[in-house]
Amino acid sequence: MSQQPPNWASEARWKKIAIWVTAGSFVLLIFLTFDTLSKTSVGGERVRAYSVINQEIDYRFNAQKNRFMPVIGKEAPLFGKVVTETEAEQLVTLGKKTVQSKNCMNCHTLLGNGAYYAPDLTKAWLDPNWIDAANRENLMLAFLKDPVGNARANASGRKMPNLGITDEEAHGIVAFLKWMSAIDTNGFPNNFKTLNAKEQP
Amino acid sequence: MSAILSNVSGKVTSLFAFTENPHLNGGQKLASKYFTVAMVLFLAQLLFGLLAAIQFIWPDFLFGWLDFSVNRMIHTNAMVVWLLYGFLGSVYWFLEEESGSEIVGLKLGVIGFYVLTIAVTLVVLVYLLIQTGPGKDASIWFINEGREYIEAPRWADIGIVVVILVFFYNVAATFAKGRWSGVSGVLTLDLIALAGLYTAGMFYLTNITADQYWWWWVIHLWVEATWEVLVGCIMAWSLMHLLGARRKIVQTWLYIEVALMFGSGILGLGHHYFWIGTPDYWFSIGGFFSALEPIPLVAMVVHSVYDAGVHKFKATNHPAMAWIIAHTFGNFIGAGVWGFMQTLPQINLYTHGTQWSASHGHIAFFGAYATINIAFFYMAVQKWRGNVWMSGDLPGNGWKWKWSIGLLNFGVLGMTVALLIAGYEQAFIERAMQGSTWDAYFAAQSHPWFREAMVWRTVFGLVTIGGLGLLIWDLMTIGKDESRPALALTHED
Repeated sequence: MSQQPPNWASEARWKKIAIWVTAGSFVLLIFLTFDTLSKTSVGGERVRAYSVINQEIDYRFNAQKNRFMPVIGKEAPLFGKVVTETEAEQLVTLGKKTVQSKNCMNCHTLLGNGAYYAPDLTKAWLDPNWIDAANRENLMLAFLKDPVGNARANASGRKMPNLGITDEEAHGIVAFLKWMSAIDTNGFPNNFKTLNAKEQP
Repeated sequence: MSAILSNVSGKVTSLFAFTENPHLNGGQKLASKYFTVAMVLFLAQLLFGLLAAIQFIWPDFLFGWLDFSVNRMIHTNAMVVWLLYGFLGSVYWFLEEESGSEIVGLKLGVIGFYVLTIAVTLVVLVYLLIQTGPGKDASIWFINEGREYIEAPRWADIGIVVVILVFFYNVAATFAKGRWSGVSGVLTLDLIALAGLYTAGMFYLTNITADQYWWWWVIHLWVEATWEVLVGCIMAWSLMHLLGARRKIVQTWLYIEVALMFGSGILGLGHHYFWIGTPDYWFSIGGFFSALEPIPLVAMVVHSVYDAGVHKFKATNHPAMAWIIAHTFGNFIGAGVWGFMQTLPQINLYTHGTQWSASHGHIAFFGAYATINIAFFYMAVQKWRGNVWMSGDLPGNGWKWKWSIGLLNFGVLGMTVALLIAGYEQAFIERAMQGSTWDAYFAAQSHPWFREAMVWRTVFGLVTIGGLGLLIWDLMTIGKDESRPALALTHED
């Protein structure tokens, strides 16, 4: 065991390789981070402006890209009122902060990340379970404020607890969910039939 | 007031009086404190995991009191924190021997330990008693940040960073004062990255795509990069200590592991950027590099088994050596194989955010990290008892450690398989067949295959808890009436 190891197995050589590989990977990651953050800033094609909540949002199969993509449609203001970008940002921010403060992510997933005890919220705004688009907002507000009282039976027996969500916070959460449903998530989830698709196939 | 404070602090420090042991050096006394709290948190992790598992079967259990979200958060947070306590303790344990110097700021390190432990206690009490807050910054600062795994409120984040900086100062300054080695060089650079990455999770963003982009910097670059390298350092030191492996060989392996681990793991981060709104070039980058991530883990298995074989399994501490082997296999199977199974975007489209991930999480965290901490606990207990015999021929043929390693591994593997079955079912029925709507979700959640899997998961969870009970009993009693000294190793250099 005392002879020198061959050159390819020498400690000094692997030390150099370790340093160069690590540094190289990290530099590439920094470069990609700048590119990704510029392509995902609010108001771009991937992550829409907050005022997208003034419009109809759908999620349909795009034959050209061969995957499901958000579709931004005609004007359809949330809660019947067209808001400015600043007002929309305030509303969505309140919603996002409420979603964090109420620890939603430890039952639900958002963009597929979180816990698996309750449904994914990525396309919650578009879910056919809200029965019809005209009543959706009110159903969502009522459910968020009193999920126990407005629970609909599901076969799993699970239900959402009352989290003391105020009327204002509920409006924020709905705005946040509508805005999030317009994010281009590269086709996740696949084959999702929206409420609109049910009404207008 | 000050009288009460000194009374309370006296009572708290007396809890750890047993660590003031003449067989231990300063760093090892501090490490024993970390290990003790780690075991308490390990137990908490399993108990809150059990509550959450029961809620999958009986959703009304503790509903409105201790909801699933709270139990699950404490389950995962206790795990992250006890693993970190184990790592910090392990480094403090070997710091003086590896550097040949006394720890530079030991007093500061001890204060850091108490500050961190008090902070962790407060955070858990707030999780349990206050649980949630209004949608304001104050909630994020003082109650719950609401981002998976790093839910600790912002004040605690700052406290954690301060304590980690104290720890880093102790490590770097002690090596600088004593001597540097390959292990300590890698360790010190890795700790800079580990501490720096945590700050990527310490700011609020409304843009959830950017939020999750940075959030994965903490989660992924911790568990799939810097933590792996950290346990690589701990394993390198352990193999020298347990088997008398040659430093040159161990350190060469460590550099190979760093090259492969960071070479695959840093850009492997891309496998979390498939579906969060980020550009689709991450499909190729994330898919390719994360598919390479198992390779360093294979290297670690080869390395540990080869070293053990070369030394004819003559180890100073059999339970620790067994847990090291469990670590390398668990790391390869849990992080490597289970991760690889769903890492390509073509399958991940259907498995992302299902029980498939929970299955991977259970076996990977246990296999990669819990195991090596347990190995270190055995090494610590051996020294604490006065460096007594802990190789073969233990009283009762060492049944306690053998049964506990068996039950813990069998229990976690059983949970993993049960969750994988649930994940398959969910991926097919909810995702592939029914298109991921809420109705599809609940159809999958109430399918008999899913329900049965959840029952089996709970049964195997109980087996795991049984294994932990036995482990605690063994750690408290092993080597107690032992008079033989530890096996003497013939070091090759």
